[in-house]
Amino acid sequence: MAALGAPVRTLRALLRELRNAAGRSYRDSPAYRHVLTVFRAHRVTSEKLCRAQQELHFQAATYLCLLRSVREHEALHREYHGRGERSPQEVAGLVGFRLPQQPGGKG
Amino acid sequence: LWWAHSLPAGLPRPPPAAAGSCPVGPCGRRAYAPPAERKRFYQNVSISQGEGGFEINLDHRKLKTPQAKLFTVPSEALAIAVATEWDSQKDTIKFYTMHLTTLCNTALDNPTQRSKTQLIRAAVKFLETDTVCYRVEEPPALAELQKNEWDPVVAWAEKRYNVTIGSSTSILGPNIPASTKETFISHLASYNMWALQGIEFVITQLKSLILSMSLIDRHITVEKAVLLSRLEEEYQIRRWGNVEWAHDYDLCELRARTAAGTLFVHLCSESSTVKHKLLQD
Repeated sequence: MAALGAPVRTLRALLRELRNAAGRSYRDSPAYRHVLTVFRAHRVTSEKLCRAQQELHFQAATYLCLLRSVREHEALHREYHGRGERSPQEVAGLVGFRLPQQPGGKG
Repeated sequence: LWWAHSLPAGLPRPPPAAAGSCPVGPCGRRAYAPPAERKRFYQNVSISQGEGGFEINLDHRKLKTPQAKLFTVPSEALAIAVATEWDSQKDTIKFYTMHLTTLCNTALDNPTQRSKTQLIRAAVKFLETDTVCYRVEEPPALAELQKNEWDPVVAWAEKRYNVTIGSSTSILGPNIPASTKETFISHLASYNMWALQGIEFVITQLKSLILSMSLIDRHITVEKAVLLSRLEEEYQIRRWGNVEWAHDYDLCELRARTAAGTLFVHLCSESSTVKHKLLQD
């Protein structure tokens, strides 16, 4: 069985990620309610014996990894890859040129 | 003007650039503008239960697959997770972040039109070029790292499935006995078609059948599986430094896809007794 740590930590982190993703009405979102329902129903504790609990904890940890990685990936994308091409003026400006003005438009 | 000549003559007119992504210069259109992004066109996302399973509603519209089939999933938890993906989109819909939706679409449409047998064969074929079986001889530090990190996983797989796998430093890779392949083929046959799409996806992402099975059998976490898959990269990063916009970017993307694939497999192979218990609560 994978080394997962305490279930309550996973639960708290998962709820935090869901809150992040949802915005204002996070408490009503189906995911938030579902996670809480399922955790309460299985009453996830530190017991190492119940197999269903372990499966559930693994699922929760996997979903947490998914939400976290998607958020971090999007942040990195916005930071480094989301800016698109430079315009011709900007490119010319990089080397200190300016684009020539043609009063009649292109020939 | 230099930029007028740089545009090839017969290029078709590209679609207008996405708003705000780049100012348009006096030349008018850019040659290689990315397609305009789809704006979020719905307020509420909800789930409903139909005949074929659970459906996703965007406002009053039912979600459809790219091939226009009705989007239905067998598991309520999966439907909730897909709905969450749609609900977390802010101004524009970023399909590249919606991994579970993509997996469901693939399972519903089966665009590559592969049968269960073909999927299983593709999955098991990966064993011949499995990452954890391919070892280097130098640098010795990397060879040592591979031995320490990968040997336990291979040993686990050999014990769990009662097979011989081994590892190899030759360019031809390990020699996998036919009995080993047969064992994996019959094991994978016990999964349904949806779960198999997920399994094949995870194998393609991690480039390893052994790591994927280890993950699906809950022997290791997603983070650990991704680390083991990228072992050489991690070694080089530790040696030469990390480049955030490339290394971390790839790491997050791989983690997201692997996590989505694993969750998809587990949610699609849930036993009905567990589901009944949840629905009764």
